[in-house]
Amino acid sequence: CNRNDKQYVGFATLPNQVHRKSVKKGFDFTLMVAGESGLGKSTLVNSLFLTDLYKDRKLLNAEERINQTVEITKHTVDIEEKGVKLKLTIVDTPGFGDAVNNNECWKPITDYIDQQFEQYFRDESGLNRKNILDNRVHCCLYFIPPFGHGLRPVDVEFMKALHEKVNIVPLISKADCLTPNEVKKLKDRVRDEIEHFGIKVYQFPECDSDEEEEFKQMDKELKECTPFAVIGSNTVVEARGQRVRGRLYPWGIVEVENQSHCDFVKLRNMLIRSHMHDLKDVTCDVHYENYRAHCIQEMTSKLAQDNRTDSPLPILPLPTPDVETERLIKMKDEEVQNNHH
Amino acid sequence: MAATDVDIFSNEEKRNLSLGGHVGFDSLPDQLVSKSVTQGFCFNILCVGETGIGKSTLMNTLFNTMFENEEASHYQNGVYLRPRTYDLQESNVHLKLTIVDTVGFGDQINKEESYKPIVDYIDTQFENYLQEELKIKRSLFNYHDTRIHICLYFIAPTGHSLKSLDLVTMKKLDSKVNIIPIIAKADTISKSELHKFKIKIMSELVSNGVQIYQFPTDDEAVTEINSSMNAHLPFAVVGSVEEVKVGNKTVRARQYPWGVVQVENESHCDFVKLREMLIRVNMEDLREQTHARHYELYRRCKLEEMGFKDTDPDSQPFSLQETYEAKRKEFLGDLQRKEEEMRQMFVNKVKETEGELKEKERELHEKFEQLKRMHQEEKRKVEEKRRELEEEMNAFNRRKVAAETLSLSQPLKKDKDKKN
Repeated sequence: CNRNDKQYVGFATLPNQVHRKSVKKGFDFTLMVAGESGLGKSTLVNSLFLTDLYKDRKLLNAEERINQTVEITKHTVDIEEKGVKLKLTIVDTPGFGDAVNNNECWKPITDYIDQQFEQYFRDESGLNRKNILDNRVHCCLYFIPPFGHGLRPVDVEFMKALHEKVNIVPLISKADCLTPNEVKKLKDRVRDEIEHFGIKVYQFPECDSDEEEEFKQMDKELKECTPFAVIGSNTVVEARGQRVRGRLYPWGIVEVENQSHCDFVKLRNMLIRSHMHDLKDVTCDVHYENYRAHCIQEMTSKLAQDNRTDSPLPILPLPTPDVETERLIKMKDEEVQNNHH
Repeated sequence: MAATDVDIFSNEEKRNLSLGGHVGFDSLPDQLVSKSVTQGFCFNILCVGETGIGKSTLMNTLFNTMFENEEASHYQNGVYLRPRTYDLQESNVHLKLTIVDTVGFGDQINKEESYKPIVDYIDTQFENYLQEELKIKRSLFNYHDTRIHICLYFIAPTGHSLKSLDLVTMKKLDSKVNIIPIIAKADTISKSELHKFKIKIMSELVSNGVQIYQFPTDDEAVTEINSSMNAHLPFAVVGSVEEVKVGNKTVRARQYPWGVVQVENESHCDFVKLREMLIRVNMEDLREQTHARHYELYRRCKLEEMGFKDTDPDSQPFSLQETYEAKRKEFLGDLQRKEEEMRQMFVNKVKETEGELKEKERELHEKFEQLKRMHQEEKRKVEEKRRELEEEMNAFNRRKVAAETLSLSQPLKKDKDKKN
């Protein structure tokens, strides 16, 4: 510590200040989970955040699901750890892929994501920006069934519809039905198919070249392990003298946090412990910016087509007025012009 | 004499008589068995389930054979059925086994039509049998029976309930084939979850009126085992062709980092129960049910469609033969009529074309005549012109000659004049 009175300026304390302020402000994170019923989404979320978010949910039976439409549900919880507060929102997509005819079943989901972007866009362009609520989806965990040979058409279509709107993290669910060889084969297959179909999943940022070797090694292992093969559990069992989250079978006990059993720990570390903020950053800097630029372009091209050069309204990047507002504006326009004559 | 005797006997009550000694007809079942062993048996299994759910692996495990199969792709446009027939032998019993796979089932985004190819396939096998049965010269004993005896429906181990596709498909199949639902890849469900899952599935099947195959409980020899097995439905199975060493034995199993799932261990899964029920105890009953129930239903519906009835409006029993003959006559009559129609049409068309051709011919002829006349006219004109020309020439020549002769005599006269 160079505390030479003349040379030391003191801005090295900035990180501490950032830390202090962020703890005071608290964090928020919106996580979406998507995939067919019965792949363990709720169990995994409970395992990740060590709470029970789904205590009283009602599951539909097969008959009700024949013509089911996709819903969007939100659960928000406030959790705290060592003074750090996190407002966690889990966005669920019940009904996805469950009906007999699943044409465009991802539309409600893309619409939801777009709505959050639009909401944020409006708020950001508004006059009072003190308390903007960020409901944008920061990460989408997509659950791939382990029963098949790879991605199915519905998986491909879903990911392609969302990969430019949200960070997609594909997971191989219920991995306790796959032997280690089968896991490797399926991961390779899924990775190949993702590349083949041009799906852009969330990429871990590159390590800084001046990071420690150990960190670089961990980072490399993490990247080679995707898509993560996960197992979740709502129950605690006794294994090797300890009480752990696991699944009890007649032939053995699967431990959720045992790295030789599944990639749960890797997922948790990546999602919560190391990359949560990066997921938020990519959402803000890439996905949201894409949306915003696209929106503005559409608006300006529309305005150019309208003959509203004498419009009394300034041409600001305002959110696209809806049909009602447009009509009103036109009416007022005419009024003003009539008054002039 | 014969007619009246028969009448008397049919009104008498049956009497049980006791035998004075061993007659030997107790060997009848053995004779039957020996005949059927010589003939060989035939069994057809239909496996319905999502791609990758373990259909092929389970078949390999059940029959302890590596049936050849390639991994199916998830990107088929629709569902299609792939039947494969194998000749198996165990002791001296020959089995002609046909396994029908549903390729592409459950992969499409829109699965509303997925059940159709399956229903069509089952109906086609019934139809083929019916055609054979209705033939005048038929060889049923030689006929390779391809009717599906059992449909194994593979349910994905979600732990919640049936999928919507499962319900819709089973409802379409339950009146056409014996269905045994099984939970596939059951090593991903824990014991307590499995119990709840089975109850949920069965209650969903019952509340939606889906008829699954019940193991028969009317035969004393197998009542007990069958009724206890009925309570274990749907069977939760695990399939594997790989062998793992457990203790001092090598068994078929799946090896995980947390333990080894043994296929034939009844506390691990219901594979043994499925094999018992499907192959060792009820195979023959399945064949019988297919023929006596499902096929008969199909046949009745089909024949009713064709217009057959068992009794006419006056409640007199129709003879199938008469009805058949009548139908045949009708059909042949129809056929003949159609033939006539077509022939008539053909004849008309020929006439028409002939007419057209004749017309064309006449036109051509006319044209020819016209051209000929024109040609002759031209020729005549030319002839005339020629004659005129000749005449002119002649005239010119004469004048020339005349002029020459004149000029010849003229110079003498001139000379004479000059001399004077």
